[in-house]
Amino acid sequence: MTTVNPTAAPGPAPATVPAGPPPKRRLPGWARGAGAAGAAVAVLVVTSALTGQHELTSSGTAQAALRLLLPILLAGLGGLWAERAGVINLGLEGMMILGTWGGAFAGLHWGPWAAVLGGVLFGVLGGLLHALATVTFGVNHIVSGVAITLLAAGLTKYLSTLIFQPTSHNPRQSAPLTGFDTYSVQPLGNWLGTVEDHHTPVLSDLAGLLRGVLTGFTPLVILGLVLVPVSYWVLWRTRFGLRLRSCGENPYAAESLGVNVYRYKYAAMVVSGGLAGMGGVALVLNPGQLGYLEGQTGGRGYIGLAAMIFGNWRPGGLLAGSALFGYVDGLQLRAGGQAVHDLLYGASLLAIVVAIAWALRRRWLPSVLAAAAGIAAYAVYFFTDTVPREFATYAPQLVTLVVLAVAAQRLRPPDADGLEYRRGSE
Amino acid sequence: MNANLAVQLVGISKSFPGVVANSNVDLQVRAGEVHALCGENGAGKSTLMKILYGMLQPDSGRIEVNGEPVRFRSPSDAIKAGIGMVHQHFMLADNLTVAENVLLGAEAQHGIGGKARRRIGELAATTGLRVDPDLALARLGVADRQRVEILKVLYRGARVVILDEPTAVLVPQEVDELFGTVRQMREQGYTFLFISHKLDEVRSIADTITVIRRGRCVGTVDPHTVTSRRLAEMMVGSELPDPGSRESTVTDREVLRVEGLTLLAESGDRHVLDEVSLTVHAGEVLGIAGVEGNGQTELVETIMAMRKAASGRVLLARSGGAGSDGAEVDLTALDTLGRREAGIGYIPEDRTRHGLLPSQPLWANRILGYQSRLPVSRGVLLDVAATRADTERIVTEFDVRTPGVDVPAAALSGGNQQKLVVGRELSGDPVLLIASHPTRGVDVGAQALIWDAIRDAQRKGLAVLLISADLDELIGLSDTIKVMLRGRLVAEADPATVTPEQLGAAMTGAAE
Amino acid sequence: MNGVLTGWLRGRLLAPVLAVTFSALLCAVALLVSGDAPWTALKVMVSQVGQGTTAVDIVNSAAVYYLSGLAVALGFQMKLFNIGVEGQFRLAACVAAIVGGLWALPPVLHTVLIILVAVLVGAGWAGIAALLKAYRGVSEVISTIMLNAISTGVIAYLIRPDTFGVLEGNNISTKPIAPSGQFPGISLGDKGTVFGMVFVAAALGVGYWFMLGRTRFGFELKASGESPTAAAAGGVNARRMTVLALLLSGAVAGMVGLPELLGRDFAYTLNSPQGYGFTGIAIALLGRNNPVGIAAGSLLWAFLDKAALALDNIGVPREIAVIMQGVTVISVVIAYEIVRRYELSAQRRKVASDASVALGSSDAPPSSGPPPSGPPSLGSAAGPSSSGPASGLAGSSGNPSEAR
Repeated sequence: MTTVNPTAAPGPAPATVPAGPPPKRRLPGWARGAGAAGAAVAVLVVTSALTGQHELTSSGTAQAALRLLLPILLAGLGGLWAERAGVINLGLEGMMILGTWGGAFAGLHWGPWAAVLGGVLFGVLGGLLHALATVTFGVNHIVSGVAITLLAAGLTKYLSTLIFQPTSHNPRQSAPLTGFDTYSVQPLGNWLGTVEDHHTPVLSDLAGLLRGVLTGFTPLVILGLVLVPVSYWVLWRTRFGLRLRSCGENPYAAESLGVNVYRYKYAAMVVSGGLAGMGGVALVLNPGQLGYLEGQTGGRGYIGLAAMIFGNWRPGGLLAGSALFGYVDGLQLRAGGQAVHDLLYGASLLAIVVAIAWALRRRWLPSVLAAAAGIAAYAVYFFTDTVPREFATYAPQLVTLVVLAVAAQRLRPPDADGLEYRRGSE
Repeated sequence: MNANLAVQLVGISKSFPGVVANSNVDLQVRAGEVHALCGENGAGKSTLMKILYGMLQPDSGRIEVNGEPVRFRSPSDAIKAGIGMVHQHFMLADNLTVAENVLLGAEAQHGIGGKARRRIGELAATTGLRVDPDLALARLGVADRQRVEILKVLYRGARVVILDEPTAVLVPQEVDELFGTVRQMREQGYTFLFISHKLDEVRSIADTITVIRRGRCVGTVDPHTVTSRRLAEMMVGSELPDPGSRESTVTDREVLRVEGLTLLAESGDRHVLDEVSLTVHAGEVLGIAGVEGNGQTELVETIMAMRKAASGRVLLARSGGAGSDGAEVDLTALDTLGRREAGIGYIPEDRTRHGLLPSQPLWANRILGYQSRLPVSRGVLLDVAATRADTERIVTEFDVRTPGVDVPAAALSGGNQQKLVVGRELSGDPVLLIASHPTRGVDVGAQALIWDAIRDAQRKGLAVLLISADLDELIGLSDTIKVMLRGRLVAEADPATVTPEQLGAAMTGAAE
Repeated sequence: MNGVLTGWLRGRLLAPVLAVTFSALLCAVALLVSGDAPWTALKVMVSQVGQGTTAVDIVNSAAVYYLSGLAVALGFQMKLFNIGVEGQFRLAACVAAIVGGLWALPPVLHTVLIILVAVLVGAGWAGIAALLKAYRGVSEVISTIMLNAISTGVIAYLIRPDTFGVLEGNNISTKPIAPSGQFPGISLGDKGTVFGMVFVAAALGVGYWFMLGRTRFGFELKASGESPTAAAAGGVNARRMTVLALLLSGAVAGMVGLPELLGRDFAYTLNSPQGYGFTGIAIALLGRNNPVGIAAGSLLWAFLDKAALALDNIGVPREIAVIMQGVTVISVVIAYEIVRRYELSAQRRKVASDASVALGSSDAPPSSGPPPSGPPSLGSAAGPSSSGPASGLAGSSGNPSEAR
């Protein structure tokens, strides 16, 4: 089913006519990424200036966002590795749960770096189990993912009762851990702090955002952010990555070219599980709440998956998705519904800009839709005072649903994503 | 032995559960020749080539390359020995670039960067297989995809190239281009194994022809001395049941009338069906000939309302009693089930995709398409007992070899699956039968039985619309033949006088 | 005939028995490693069933699981993964509790209204995913996961004291449902009270069996799930079936919270139980979408839940039961897959030996099995894919396009 079936395109297709419109010259990926980041910052700065909501760009918000995006980012990277090899990993949540326990266990005994290692190892175990079920036995990927999440929840419950309770006196949590030291780029951080405190429009906003990113970060944050370009490089710029991706696009083609599809799928699942486990460690070592706590993943594995889909199965897009989710989360945590409410204003601004951009390209339908969305967002902003906290918390999920509803047909998942592969069965 | 042999297969046998695909096959391919492997669909050509390419292991027999005995455990072993295969169904990844598709698995040679791309450029220039290496494959048309496939095997250093039915998906100009490339490369010393069942093509390109029938090697001939007639005989054998039915049962009562049926491609910019009009009478078999991909599949699926026509009408006359003209029903606004209920039986071309529920028992497969009618159902409720009884009737009447009606359809052989489908589609008291490749991929016994069943029904006044790639079948069964080319009906032929060669010419547009 | 029957039984029972045995063994090993005696643990659990209200608790709990399992199985029949049963049942229970607490209506009418509201809310919430799937090509897996999270937010909003909630001590709850709206149970004295909804659940199970096996709708559902292409050629509207299947699944999911709401709690609180939706997925897998199998799975699950409480008395962590549940699910799906492959090849051999061997017939090499497919990729526009034999979800197989 994964082969191209040319007869599906009926009628003789003239050889020289390409299937689509001629390719346009596009900006390189890094430039588009920088542009998008710049636009996002600009919207925040303008919104902050117009609404007087300084929390939108405060260093505290930026810092919180960075910490909150980390687990989502790592889970999303785990999903990216798995799905690029053609395995849908709905067990990310479970592997994350395993990572929290493994990280806490190792961290209690041997310190934060051991916690990272322990979490990764436990995540890898989950990844291997998923690979065994889906790759070797051909179990449906979603079924296996759900089952692994159930199993992980049960296993950590049992293990924490058995092992954490004697020291923490609570079966649902571990004793507090020692976290990483936090680092800051000084004296730049302090200087940015003074600029931020002046509340000069634009300048203070930029300083706030920058300061949040440059101060109070842990080595794990650095590691997580570095893993994004590393994943890109390995998956798109190495022979290993090409082979791995080919297993997710057309495993039978890969097989016919001598690629051992099983081996690459297993490798992908080991990395995927390890990254998800590391995402769990990021929760356990979160400076705000150091230690294992039952249920602390709170569906972040699924959010990671959503961030990956939001990012169209690309590392850069995934980073953007995690940043969006982490930011909304962080803002909500720092400043509550009021600030999220002000974000609606920013959203309406952004929608209007998008509408104008489409209009300039004479694409009227998307333009009108974007304008309508902008007006709707503004109307909600105008007629309400605050977004109920309950909704603000789930803004990422809502955004994901909207994005899927609008763009599902334009997303390009790997062609053989989630399909069973059996050697020689084609 | 001849040291000049690029490839030699000796005594190759291979069987699958229930099927012997190859039986003691010998094949000798000289270096620098185009060697054609001929045979009907399902004769075992592809299996043999998969064995040569290391994708399947033979049960017995040996392979020699350049005089050396070899054992291929996987395609990579074959690639190392200089053998490459271009599959009939392309093995390409749409989301990867042309270069990535070519490089995959052969990264060791020139890495995956600029050096590798230059090498692809060189290869493309020397062989005439020009294609931009940085394009995403999804943007390429069929002929370009084929070029990428050939580049892939050349990049790996293949000197022996297996082309599995390479022309099945091409239009005539593209076939000419491909043949030009093949001849040019032959001059450069490449050896080709060319699999096909199209006689005219084989005769025009091959230096040697080996014919395979039912898994056995029938003989090796020189294309310059052999006649097409002799080749056809070798391919189909003498024991082939003759489809010919000559006494005409055609009446002048119209059953199906299609008027100006037009279907647009999904992109909306191309006509897949262009103003197709046709009429089928009671007791008539109307055959549609055409190279695959010229709209036959779409014609059937549009008549069945599985695709939505842009314009045109479909009318069906439900017989009002013996001999009398029934009322004509306009099917245009009806959905698939409505058209079936109006009296159309439908044998789809791909029984596993469109005709059967593989994991369901045979009796449940009897329901498919008839879920609204007796004896299967009474409105909302199914009548399981009656369905089972009727399935047993089909099993007996159509000689479906099965231990019982509770076996899942997937467990049956292709021929028995097809007999079940044919039996079912003749059960609903249809006035029109649409038969798309009714004997594709079935054994000879099932083929004869299916032909008989169609003829019987025809004698009882059934109208039949027949699509087939098997020209002998078309000529043998049809009362009228129309030729389809690029979504249009371009020619009509009388099966009593037309030859396969003439039909072939019309199908490729050469007769225009 | 006897052979057929034992073969049938083996096909149905072999995999779950293997899986349960395997996970029991694994748990025994885990207990041994942590220094406990597995045999004592088992004895304590079994004898717990006779204690106090445990037996009735198991039945009541199983009814909840059964409804959830049915809801999931309805989607599975069409290869739709309704991961959203969790959100559907919680939102439905919450809204039903709010509506039920608003007025006091005549007894039966009141109860029926509450059930109706729950069913409609469940179906409506699932309907969002259904429409996104049918018209926008959004995978129901990802959309229902998102809807689960969003429903948590909606519930939290709905039962805030300034919307529909009331503050009770340090817990927030909806207004209690008057006795007229409650569903009377059967009291067994000090053995507890069997929820009335238990019988509704059982009736739904019978209805599910009847619909699938005996109605045209059930056939169309199974056919679309197994092979959308074949169903389309047979005149089944796959898009319509997608929407209907998810709506139906959501409707049943809406009832999952009702046994406890109408038989015990009479109000929806922030602390109302969660997780039944995910348990339902596990149980549907365990029972292989078969109404009797789902019942057995529900009872097993409920037994492990309730009987494990006694383990605390002998110093064994009761979470061992949760491990047993988790291991059972993962091993049962693998076991089903292994058994399916084995049976299909056995069947092929049998058919092949019965029928004459067709030399050179071009039947697709049967070794390939009813070929694979999976769920549509997340976010892609792909339709539901097909299934393996016996309508098993575990068989992620059977895309006929590949057999050639």
